[in-house]
Amino acid sequence: MSFREPHELHKRRFGRNLGVALVLTSFIFIVFGLTYVKITRGDYEPENASVER
Amino acid sequence: MSDASINTQANTGEASFGDYFALLKPRVMSLVVFTAAVGLLAAPGSLHPFEAFCAILFIAVGGGASGALNMWFDSDIDQVMKRTQGRPIPAGKVQRDEALAIGVALSGFSVVMLGLATNWVAAGLLAFTIFFYAVIYTMWLKRWTPQNIVIGGAAGAFPPMIGWAAVTGGVAIESVLMFTLTFMWTPPHFWALCLFMKSDYKDAGVPMLHVTHGRRVTRNHILVYTLLLAAIAIGMAFTGVGGPIYLTTALVLNGLFVLGAVSIWRRDETVAEADGYKREKAFFALSLVYLFLHFGAILAEALMAPYGFGGW
Repeated sequence: MSFREPHELHKRRFGRNLGVALVLTSFIFIVFGLTYVKITRGDYEPENASVER
Repeated sequence: MSDASINTQANTGEASFGDYFALLKPRVMSLVVFTAAVGLLAAPGSLHPFEAFCAILFIAVGGGASGALNMWFDSDIDQVMKRTQGRPIPAGKVQRDEALAIGVALSGFSVVMLGLATNWVAAGLLAFTIFFYAVIYTMWLKRWTPQNIVIGGAAGAFPPMIGWAAVTGGVAIESVLMFTLTFMWTPPHFWALCLFMKSDYKDAGVPMLHVTHGRRVTRNHILVYTLLLAAIAIGMAFTGVGGPIYLTTALVLNGLFVLGAVSIWRRDETVAEADGYKREKAFFALSLVYLFLHFGAILAEALMAPYGFGGW
């Protein structure tokens, strides 16, 4: 199995593509991290949770 | 990256990731990050460290977005002025439309994300800051009045207020004073730069004070604003964000700053030209240290407070 030679465009835009990939990956981690922090702290628990207890 | 690809990039003038990043004015962004972080850390209450990190990040992205919008609108001026000729649009690396798209997209993104990460008061202040810088300052005041930098300076002064609001969900006298500190600092800082950047603004047709009213008036204005700034900066020492460290820092720095402003005021153009604007350049350099150390002192007071040292 052999990989084809990368297209000239891929070579030329490697830095830009890598930058975009890093930004998007970071965004995923940020959304995940924020969600984790807010849920574990109980920001989104139903308001009547204390009544049921 | 191979040498060949570097050469190709140079020949085609194609934008790299760094060129798009440069649209966000990273140097201005560093000031935004620092002052927003101080506002956030000095505020009563606390955020989860990850929320605090996200808040500062989104404030920085919002600041960057307004920078991109500024570069989109001012590309004609940037092309004329030596200081800005290397920016991505005048350098031919990024298209104007691309800068507009990035500016608009990042504006919406940063405001919504800051609202979700912290609260909508902080997000609203960020939205207003972007609007103020892009529309009020860039599109309206900059080409219209010599007071452009005075009123427009407000845009750069909002970040500590946004940082404060991210924690408290509101506005307080301390956050307004942090805003006022940067607001009053901007005119003398910028006018000192104008005095030794000479013809740049004149060539671009931007009505800066020294172009419309002359250098004598600019020197007078630097002195008056510096005196007003000193009163505010020292007065801040006696509020909730002040304390002995801040008071000492403010007394020393404002003493030096007022001396610098008086020395600029007493000079005329002949003397200044003879020594290559030495005093004006020194005053400009001091202004950078001035703002950094004032906010640094507020930060020190806030960080030492839990150990019983900060504040009064």
